[in-house]
Amino acid sequence: MKKLFSNARLILPNQDDPQLGSVLTSGDIISEVGEVTDSNDSQNIDCNGKILAPGIVDLGVFAIDKPAFHFGGITRAALMPDQNPILDMPAMVKHLASEGKPDLWSHPIAAATKGLAGLELAEIGLMQLAGAKAVATGRQWIADSGVMLKLLQYCQSLDITVIVHSEDAGLTRNAVATAGETATRLGLSSAPSSAEALSISRDIALVRETGAKVHFRQVTTKQGLNLIREAKFDGLPVSCGITPAHLFLSDIAVSDFRTFARLSPPLRSETDRQACLEAIKEGVIDVISSGHDPRGPEDKRLPFAEAKVGMAGAETLLALSLNLVRDDMISMNRMFELLSTNPAKILGVQAGILAKDYEADLIVIDPDTPWQVDTRKMAASAGNTPFDSLPVQGRATSIYKGGKAL
Amino acid sequence: MTSTVSSSPHQFPEGSDAFPQRHLLGIAGLQPWEILYLLKEAKQWVDLNKKSSKHANRLDGLTVINAFFENSTRTLLSFEIAGKRMGADVVNMHAAQSSIKKGETLIDTAVTLNSMKADAIVIRHASSGAVQLIADKVDCPVLNAGDGSHEHPTQALLDALTIQRRKGDISGLTITICGDVMHSRVARSNIYCLTTLGAKVRVCAPPSLLPDALDRMNVDTVSNFDAALDGTDVVMMLRLQNERMNGDFIPSPREYHYLYGLTKERLKNAKPDALIMHPGPMNRGVEIDSGVADDLERSAITEQVEMGVAVRMACLDILTRKSRGVEGWS
Repeated sequence: MKKLFSNARLILPNQDDPQLGSVLTSGDIISEVGEVTDSNDSQNIDCNGKILAPGIVDLGVFAIDKPAFHFGGITRAALMPDQNPILDMPAMVKHLASEGKPDLWSHPIAAATKGLAGLELAEIGLMQLAGAKAVATGRQWIADSGVMLKLLQYCQSLDITVIVHSEDAGLTRNAVATAGETATRLGLSSAPSSAEALSISRDIALVRETGAKVHFRQVTTKQGLNLIREAKFDGLPVSCGITPAHLFLSDIAVSDFRTFARLSPPLRSETDRQACLEAIKEGVIDVISSGHDPRGPEDKRLPFAEAKVGMAGAETLLALSLNLVRDDMISMNRMFELLSTNPAKILGVQAGILAKDYEADLIVIDPDTPWQVDTRKMAASAGNTPFDSLPVQGRATSIYKGGKAL
Repeated sequence: MTSTVSSSPHQFPEGSDAFPQRHLLGIAGLQPWEILYLLKEAKQWVDLNKKSSKHANRLDGLTVINAFFENSTRTLLSFEIAGKRMGADVVNMHAAQSSIKKGETLIDTAVTLNSMKADAIVIRHASSGAVQLIADKVDCPVLNAGDGSHEHPTQALLDALTIQRRKGDISGLTITICGDVMHSRVARSNIYCLTTLGAKVRVCAPPSLLPDALDRMNVDTVSNFDAALDGTDVVMMLRLQNERMNGDFIPSPREYHYLYGLTKERLKNAKPDALIMHPGPMNRGVEIDSGVADDLERSAITEQVEMGVAVRMACLDILTRKSRGVEGWS
């Protein structure tokens, strides 16, 4: 039952760099961290000086795709309510909360409104009881500010985080791209990037009103990030996330009508992309997630505007995030705060940290292993990545969920 | 990259080097000499089309499929006539009311067309990029007859040919494009074509119909229509779609006419011999007055239609040269 992970470089909370040491797990819980000596009743796992980190908690995926998650070192995935049918009933939440166990935990996110229509509140309390760890507006915003206010008041009382999508639908309507040179050249309907700031601005005003915890799932523009920075400065309970796509690609990736680069929110200008990198460096962004949404040819091999949004991101999440470490934007330890610690905190689950009494979700990673992203050879149920044929470095070499090797 | 290329034949590269493209999906990315070569080749068909017997036999035995996934009368007819005059067997597929409605995907339709062994496929589709998607899946040359708001290359070529015939060298001319630029594939292809050939292009549109970052495409945007017309050599009016006239993008047709309608009075701002163009079909009394459209001296609108057939004949000829084994076009 007991396992000793020795000779590892540990990613510990409140440390700047990995520290040499050991982790002792007992069942599915971490029982000791640091200078642990060998005991008779434990199985010894020599990590050979590799990095031992808390398993990645992927906040906001669109499909439970175990092979992709395991390839990517993801031990927990929070599932967006944008499913078919939409996750707006306690029974569905209960069913999905056990999907993937024991080697992957999925945390269904409850739909904020019935059918994600943005009109009537869903049974959030009952879904929380059934296992929902957060509430989300889905891949759309709630246009009616009155409904949004009630939602935040309600969730504040239940102490559950609301994950919001930040695009003012009045501006985005049929848009499939961000307004700019690429959209103009391609003749794609587009919306100004300020659609994001408008929506964030309203939601922050309502956070001020209610004190509800709000996580802005993807903030991708300079204007939007400025608003988040200001709200945090004012001490509001807000956090925000991003996916590697918006950190490493701009709207130029859409040229040639590449539907794998059709995302929601759409890819932004280079100026906005640089602002996102700056926000990562500065600490304004709290979470990096994959937004994993595997889509086959029936959804992607279509004219750009007709193709479904989303990318398969689980496999590339770790390797692309490691680029930020290599480029000296953030430390290795900070990267795991973004990938594991903060998402777990937002979900309120006892994971994402190497510390006593936390879940023994562990990954051993080799940050330097080179490999190449190949859309034809992915573990995911579909290979729709805009990073096809990109050479990357770093991957999880072993993964332990609840102390068990996978 | 523009002005010095003349249209005299001996200055074009030999054989397929004059036009090395497999498809004609857009004007973007074409070199000036490639455009000029297409225009030069079209000229011979202008002469043929004026004769009583208009038949050439270059495409004898070849099959051309006009696959129109969006309704069209003028462009379809023009392509059909062009193909038939070149001697090809022309088949029209009105996909707007066919299997696409039964749920078949565009790719499956493309594969089906490919299996029918067409020698060229002409495609129109309501979605930007759709024609390129099909072109990637078929073995024969594909001609874009308009994809969404993206490109309509043969329209730009016929416009360029019309301007060339009336004004000579396009390089150095000032050309004003006015109307719904945002949704217009005609505007995009013309901007690419005319700027590549060295014209100075001005764009004028209501702010709600003006796309972002046009300055990056080497055009000037002028919001006041009179200022946009000032001293211009060519006025190219765009069609305003009915569904955009009533409150969605502009308040009303009459207000549009007041602000952006081309009238005789307004035209006084342009050069006295300014050429008037419109891709058709026109909304008379909205974007253009009948008095202007029907001015035989200055309006080139019917000539545009005439050039359309010649340009499409040239495109079908050039793109099928490889499969026909024309010397130098391997």
